[in-house]
Formats: sequence, C-alpha cells, structure tokens
Amino acid sequence: MKRDTLISATDVSVHYPINGGKLFGPKPVVRAVENVTLNITKGSFFGLVGESGSGKTTLGRAMLKAAPITSGIVNFNDGEVNYSLSNMDAKELKDYRARSQLIFQDPYAALSPRMTVRDIIAEPLEIMKLTSSREETDRRVREIATKCRLNLEHLRRFPHAFSGGQRQRISIARALVSEPKFVVADESVAALDVSIQADVLNLLKEIQQEMGLTFLFISHDLSVVAHICDHVAVMYFGRLVETAPTRELFNNPSHPYTKALLSAIPSLDPDAKNLAQKLEGEIPSPTNPPPGCKFQTRCPHAIDICRRDEPQLEKIGEEHDVACHRWQELM
Amino acid sequence: MSRLLDVENLTLDFDTDEGRITAVDDVSFSLEAGEIMGLVGESGSGKSVTAKALMKLNASNAIYGQNTKITLNLADGPVDIMSLRTAKELQVVRGGAISMIFQEPMASFAPAITIGAQMVEQLLIHTSMSAIKAQEVSIEMLNRVGISDASTRFKQYAFELSGGMRQRAMIAMALSTNPKLLIADEPTTALDVTIQAQVIDLMKDLVKDFGMGIVFITHDLGVIAQTADTVAVMYLGRVVEKGPVRQVIGNPSHPYTQGLIQALPRLDDLDSPLTPIPGDIPSPLERPNGCVFNTRCSRFLGPQCSVTIPEFTPISHDHMVACHIYQQDQKGT
Repeated sequence: MKRDTLISATDVSVHYPINGGKLFGPKPVVRAVENVTLNITKGSFFGLVGESGSGKTTLGRAMLKAAPITSGIVNFNDGEVNYSLSNMDAKELKDYRARSQLIFQDPYAALSPRMTVRDIIAEPLEIMKLTSSREETDRRVREIATKCRLNLEHLRRFPHAFSGGQRQRISIARALVSEPKFVVADESVAALDVSIQADVLNLLKEIQQEMGLTFLFISHDLSVVAHICDHVAVMYFGRLVETAPTRELFNNPSHPYTKALLSAIPSLDPDAKNLAQKLEGEIPSPTNPPPGCKFQTRCPHAIDICRRDEPQLEKIGEEHDVACHRWQELM
Repeated sequence: MSRLLDVENLTLDFDTDEGRITAVDDVSFSLEAGEIMGLVGESGSGKSVTAKALMKLNASNAIYGQNTKITLNLADGPVDIMSLRTAKELQVVRGGAISMIFQEPMASFAPAITIGAQMVEQLLIHTSMSAIKAQEVSIEMLNRVGISDASTRFKQYAFELSGGMRQRAMIAMALSTNPKLLIADEPTTALDVTIQAQVIDLMKDLVKDFGMGIVFITHDLGVIAQTADTVAVMYLGRVVEKGPVRQVIGNPSHPYTQGLIQALPRLDDLDSPLTPIPGDIPSPLERPNGCVFNTRCSRFLGPQCSVTIPEFTPISHDHMVACHIYQQDQKGT
C-alpha cells in the first residue's frame, strides 16, 4: 500500500448467493464484484463509472463495509487509525462509521419527511454519540449547514418544503456532519436538473478542498466525472476494465468499452451525429456470465482469444491500466 | 411536409388548495408531420403539463384559458382538441391519433399482465382488428423496435425485461396503433448512456418510416441536439426561446438558454468551469411579474424586466426569443 493511500481494495470480490442449483450441490452465486484492486489517494476525487449492473454501487458499499466482502482486503488508513474492513471488532466498526459516509442518489427518498432539517442533520451525531451536549450538536449542525450553503432559518422546516437541489445539500450536510475522511457519493447528481447539478458539483468540490475529504464518486455519466474527478475507474460486469487519471483517460481511452461510453454521450453539436460508436445489446445477465472477456458479447473488436481468455489489467502508462487483449492494435 | 399540430395561446391553470397556480402561460407552437420538436426546461417549467394538454390528460382541477386552441390535422380533417369533452370523444386522440411514452417504463406497464396482453388490449380498443391480427401486429412491432425473440417477449411480464428492453416495448406499444403524433416524456432519462443512444437512434428511424411527428420532452440539451429538428425552451410555463435546433444551440439568445448550456459539463473542454444558473426555480405560487426569468437573470435590466412581459423577437428566420435584453442589445448596435 502506498504511503498516501487513504483506502485501498486488493482483489476484492462480492458474491451474493441466489436461488437455484442442485439440491446438495454448491449454491449458485452472482458475482457482483470480481477481483477489483484499486487505491484511492488521500484528498482525491476518485470516479467510478459504468452502466447499471456493472457493480459500481456494490463496490462502493463494500468499501464502506455496507456490503459483505467475500474475499480480498479493503484497507483504510487515515493516519490516525488503520483498519482492515473484513477484520474489525464492533468498536472499530462504530468508529469507521463516523469516518466514512454515504451520499445517496435520490434526495426525495433519502430524507425522512417527518423530521426537521435540523434533526436530519443532527441524527448521525446523536446516534454515534459524537457530541456531549445539545448545544454542541446545534453548533455543529449550524456549522455544516452554513458550509453547505443552507439557510439557517430553514433548519426548522421539513424536507417537503425544499427543491431537489436544496434537499441534496441537506443530504450532503448530513453525510459531512460527523467530519468523515472518506465519502462515497452514489449517483448524487443523477436525479438533478443540469443547472442544479452544476451547483451541487461545485459545492462538493469546494467542500472537498476545504475539509480535505476523499471522495469516491460513483456515476454513470462520464461528462460529470470528467469535470469533477482526478482519477477514474471504469467498471463492467463487476470488473475494472480501465483506470487512469481523468485527463489521460479522456485523451487516450484504451478499452473499447470506455471508448463506447465516451461516444455515447450526446454532444451539443448536432453535426456530431455520426461519430458515435454504437454499442449494441446490453450488459449480460449476471447469472449467466459469458466466457473470456466479459465485454466480448458487445465488443465490435472481439476475436477468438477474447471469447476464451479473460484479460487481466495491465499497465500501459503512468497509472493507466487496461484489461483488454487487443488494446495495442486498437490504438 | 404538412402541418400536423397547431397550439395557439395554450394557457393552463390549476385550482389547488393553496390557490390558483399558472402552469402554462400563453404557449404557442406548431409541428410538421415527420418532425421532432424538443421541449426543454428544468423540472417545474411546465413541459410535461404542456404535452399532456395535447390529449387533455391533465388532472380535473386544470382550467384551460379562453383563447386556447389546439388543432390536430388528421387525414379526415382537423380536430379541435379543446372541444372534445367526454372520454369517448377523447379516444380519437388518446391512444388513437396521439400516443405517449413515459420516463419510467416499469411504472407504465401493468406488472401482473403480460406485455403482449397489454399491447393487444389497446389495439382492440382503438382499431377494428381481430384478436389474432392484433397479436400478429404486436409481435411485428416488437420486432421492429429491435427486440429479439419477439414472440417469447410477447408472453413475458414487464419485470422480466431489462430497462432498455422495457422502453423499446413501450415504444412498440405506443406505435402499434399507428399514431400521427407521439409524445415522448423524458424517454431516455432513466436509461444508461449506451442504451440512450440506441433508443435515440430507434426514434429517429421510426420518424422516417412512419412519418409521424414527435414532441420530445427532456431536460438534457445534448439529447435535444442529437434528436430534434426544432426546439422550444420553457421556463415557468412560458416559452422563452424557440427555433431550429442548430440556431438555438449555436446562438442561444435568451439568458436562460445560455445558462442551461453553460451548466452542462462539456467533454471537449474539461477546464471550463460549471456555471450553475443562480437561485432555484420559484414556487408556482410566487410567479414573478414581467419576464418570468427576471428573478434569476444575471443581466436584469430593471423595471422593464420585472413589469412587462417580453414579446417574441425574431433573430433569424424561425428563431425567436422573448427577452428585453436582446431587444435592447439590438437597438444599441
């Protein structure tokens, strides 16, 4: 593990048992995440991209110890504590809960309609007993609300009175009130209008710099990721297929899936119509994985070796890894 | 091309417990057969309400303005939609001449009835087909929208299909009655980008093949640029700018349109900052006077913006903007 790494995953797999299979035979499993290795540097904004069903949410949750890690190691080291997530006692887990937080996608579903904004933001402090008096709780709530550009007079209101953008700021304040080191933002702007999306992204970036946070930013939208993240990992079918610093990835995408994702983003230029590299079909069913490279069923460049052997991540540049048999030919 | 739809002075209020709110205010536009018109705006801008008004699908507390006139030109003469009253009369447009597809395909299919049964049902209601013929047409339609193994899918339930597949089935269902006008309300918003690209392609093909008109509602200007021929930008119930898509996106002239474009993350320039439009869309109960955008406009000029509603000014042929600032800039130069 590198010195400035905050959290790292080494060969992490998450498998879920499913129904079916032979009565006394091995229980069939869905391999939601398979042998993923990644390092997230302290203070970075790390993007995780992929379609629905690619396992990005599951990986994010595994790193919060909110999904069961089947095998592999997730290690968290913020300088004060050093935890191996699959190997924590109850006290350590409780402490880790305060150090890591999650921001959800849908600000309409994530806030209890029966609690005031103040109570929503104060809840993590109260549950984790991080403050010793009501005054201190109130002070911390007001501090974080100001940081998230919430009007302090609104703290007594209920969530229904707020627009989507304001609600998302409330969920951000709730996630940050325990002063975490590591925050997973799972599709946190996907449900917002573009102008509000820009506002929330700017806010996240500002707060990240101010509080020295490390973000794992999960999104299916590469254009959003391009603007906010320093480093991007692309997932497909539970595997990492490419990872690189943002600029490198966008200037030099090397996996056919990354290229397809990039070209599928609708461009503002109506004449760019025919540039898109169309991806046929959909992500295969997780109960019936294809042999070889998991992308071969949709890849326009698949050849025999792709249908037989699964490619491993290989280093192709400074911090740039790709898992594809043919990346060199396709450059 | 021939004129398919004319919407003149569409005004729509809702009578609510908290008072009367204006959802659409004096909106006019027209659509040719074989054309895709984009309707863009943030949530709360009135774009869905406008589209639903074309079939009088809004809730019973909707009050249409006196001068509202919506005309749909069909083969056997124009239909004045506002004059249709009973559910029976409205069947001419609802599911007949006009079909609609929605954002969330899972919520639009009945979960306990097979896809096929739902497709056949609407054909039996809206056409004089026999049940056997209706089944043939439905399977053919599923094939047409790119669903492989259509006769198996026909017998399946909505939950057995993936998101992209469901949206295709929804499109197949909407098109099987051979509508003249298709209303697509955020049809790709819930889909992954790769699937979105497939659905956009499909819709463009269908317009070519069937020669119908599409009203395409979305908040994503990128999607509009890739699909629509013309676009109307809506804010708080008013159209603030409209015209051919190239001109509106290439030369946005209303501060709101400009704001929407600046807020969009662009891949061709990673260093450009994301500029949000300041403030939130006001509550419909506190509708600003004058130009509806004046409370958030960065170039607010003063009383003229907050008192007088700006008229449409032509920028070039067909490209119109409703903005005092634009008018003043024109006088100045």
